[in-house]
Amino acid sequence: MAGPVRSARGTGGSSRDRILARVRTAVADAREAPEVTRAYLTSHTPDDPAAVLDLLHENLAEYRALVHRTDAEGLPALLARLLAEHGSSTVLVPPGLPPEWLGEAGPERVQDRSESTAAELDTVDSVVTGCALAIAETGTIVLDGGPDQGRRRITLVPDHHVCVVRAPDQVVASVPQAMARLDPTRPLTWISGPSATSDIELDRVEGVHGPRTLEVVLVIG
Amino acid sequence: MSGTFVGMPAFPEAAREAVGNSTLRANLRHATHTIRDKRARAVAELADWQQLREAGKQIKNHTLRHLDRYLVQLEESVVRAGGTVHWAADADEANRIVADLVKATGEREVVKVKSMATQEIGLNEALVAEGISAYETDLAELIVQLGHDRPSHILVPAIHRNRGEIRDIFREEMGSWGRPAPDGLTDSPAELAEAARLHLREKFLRAKVGVSGANFMVAETGTLVVFESEGNGRMCLTLPETLISVVGIEKVIPTWRDLEVFLQTLPRSSTAERMNPYTSMWTGTTDGDGPSVFHLVLLDNGRTDTLADEVGRQALRCIRCSACLNVCPVYERAGGHAYGSVYPGPIGAILSPQLRGTASEIDASLPYASSLCGACYEVCPVAIDIPEVLVHLRERVADRGGKGHRLEKAAMKAASWAMDRPAVLAAAERAATRTRRLHPKKVPGTGAWTAGRELPELPEKSFRDWWKGEGR
Ligand code: SF4
Repeated sequence: MAGPVRSARGTGGSSRDRILARVRTAVADAREAPEVTRAYLTSHTPDDPAAVLDLLHENLAEYRALVHRTDAEGLPALLARLLAEHGSSTVLVPPGLPPEWLGEAGPERVQDRSESTAAELDTVDSVVTGCALAIAETGTIVLDGGPDQGRRRITLVPDHHVCVVRAPDQVVASVPQAMARLDPTRPLTWISGPSATSDIELDRVEGVHGPRTLEVVLVIG
Repeated sequence: MSGTFVGMPAFPEAAREAVGNSTLRANLRHATHTIRDKRARAVAELADWQQLREAGKQIKNHTLRHLDRYLVQLEESVVRAGGTVHWAADADEANRIVADLVKATGEREVVKVKSMATQEIGLNEALVAEGISAYETDLAELIVQLGHDRPSHILVPAIHRNRGEIRDIFREEMGSWGRPAPDGLTDSPAELAEAARLHLREKFLRAKVGVSGANFMVAETGTLVVFESEGNGRMCLTLPETLISVVGIEKVIPTWRDLEVFLQTLPRSSTAERMNPYTSMWTGTTDGDGPSVFHLVLLDNGRTDTLADEVGRQALRCIRCSACLNVCPVYERAGGHAYGSVYPGPIGAILSPQLRGTASEIDASLPYASSLCGACYEVCPVAIDIPEVLVHLRERVADRGGKGHRLEKAAMKAASWAMDRPAVLAAAERAATRTRRLHPKKVPGTGAWTAGRELPELPEKSFRDWWKGEGR
C-alpha cells in the first residue's frame, strides 16, 4: 500500500520530519507540564451490587433500551419469548454463544460466518449476544468481540439486538472501573440505548442505522 | 482551510445578514437553549466535574508539551497493530494522500463518518475533483450535503434547518444521489429519519472504502475512538474493506486510562447525555472483524503554528464538544455560517485565526466576534480560556495595523447585541474595565502554561449570575 502513496517513511518521510521538527520548535521554550492529578472519583455509586444493578437497569431504561431480569434457569424461556414477541423468524448466533441460551427458541438460527456479507446480515430479524461488561452509571453495555458476541457488524445490521448481561460479575459501577477491565487490543463497541438521532430540531428519534430495538437481559446469580 | 468558505464576507457583514433571518434565529435559539439546559443537568450529576475538567486540561497540556514523543509512540503502536501511518503537513497533502489511497483500491466512492478534520481540509470537494464521490452519512451532514449547504454547528451541523426545510431538501435531492425519498414524505422527524435510513443503507451495504476522523487516539495502544449516536459511524468503521482516518495531530492522548476522563466529560458536554448511544474503539486491524486495511493520516494544517503561540496553544486542547457554541450570545444571534469556517462559535473565533493566520478580513474579524462574557470558558470541559485567547488575538490583529475597534463595534452591532440591549453591553464593558484593575496579574503556583503570562480579564460576577441578574 505504501508504494504509490507519499507515506511517512516510504518516500523520504519529509512531512513526518517536518511536522515533528515544527512541534519541537513550538514547545522548545514551554515549561514542563505537570503530571496529571487524578483527583476525580473512580465511582459515583455506593459499593453495593444490588444498588449498582438497579442503577444500570434504570439508566438503560431511560435511554429506551427494554430491560428484563431473570436467572440462569429462566434465561432460555425468556429469550424464546422475546424473539417470539418480536415476530422473528431468524436469529443470528455468534460462534461462542452458550447453546443452552437458545435451547427453547423457535426461530431458525443463522450462524455468523466470516464470509457472510452485510447484505445477508440485513435479512436476519434478530441477534442474541453476551457482552464484555455493563456500566451502571452511564447505562452502557460494552462488546469486545468475544466468542459470545461475534463480529461488530452482527450487532449493527439486524434491527433487533438482545444482549445478555451476567450480574453481578459483568456489571461495574463506573467508566473508570470499566476501563481497567477492558482490553484495548480488541475492537470495542460501547452501546448506550438503541441507535438515535437528535438532528431534526433536537427531537430524539430512535433507530436510524443501528438496531431500532435493544433489549438487555440481566441474568442474576 | 476548506475552499467552501473562500470568499466569505468578514464576520460583521455575515452576522448582520444572519441576524435579519428570523427563521434561522428561531431555530438557533430553540436548539442552543434546549441543549444548554440539558447539559447543565447532565453535568450536575457528577460531583467531581471540576476534578474531571482539571484532569482533562492537564492530560491535554501534558500531551501538547510532549507532542513529538506521543506522535512517534502513536505511529509505532498503530503500525504494530497492522495499520499504516501517513503525515500531512497541510490540506493539499492530506487530500492527495486520501485520494491516492482510494484510487489504489480501484473504488470510486467512499462513505464518510462526520469529521471536522475532513471538512477543514475540504476533502469531499478534493475527492470529487478526482472523480470520487464522498457520501456523508451522519443525518445532519446528509441534510447539509443534499442541501448544497454548509454546516453551522459542530455537533448539529444542520441546526439552522427546521423540519419543513429538511423535508423539502429530501424530496428534491435524494433521488439524484441514490434512493429517492418515499412518496408522501411528511415533516415528522421519525419519517425523515426513516427516509435517511433507507437512502443510506444501500450505500453502506455496498461501500468498500470508509473515511473517518477520530475523537481521540491513544499513543500507548494505537487505539482510535469515535463517538456517535446513529450507527452510521459504526457502519463506516466496520463494513468497508478499507478504512482511512484523517485526524489532527492534537487528538492524541498518552494512555488508555486517560480515556476515562473524556468518556465522562465529552458526552455530557456535547449531547448532554450520560453516554452517547455508540462509541467505537479500534486498534489497527482485527482478523475477520472490520476493515482488513487501515490507514491513519496525521494532519498538521496550522496546528504546529498554533502550538507555537504561548497563549493561543490552549485552543488545541479542544475536544469539539460544542458546549461553548450553545452558551454564546453572539453565536445565538449570528449563526454558525457567519464565522466563515467549519469551526463556528467561540472556539471557531480563536481556532480559525490561528490555523489560518489573520491575513484575511474574516480571520482578522473573528477575535472580535465575542462579548467576552466568559460563558464559553465556564462550560468548556477542558477549561480553555477562550476570552483570554480572544484578547490576545485582538492584540495581534491590532499590532498589524488592523482596524480593531471598528471591527469590534461592527461585530457587536451585527449580532444585534448592542442594538437589543444597549444597557447590557455598557454594563459588560464597565465590568471588564473595573476588574482589569482588581485582579492580580499573575497566579502564584499555577502550571506551565499560565506561568509567565497575565491573567485574563474576568467579569466580576460569574456569567450565570450576570446573565440572570442583569442580562435579561
Ligand atoms: S472550546 Fe471547549 S467548550 Fe468549546 S468545543 Fe472545544 S472543548 Fe467544547
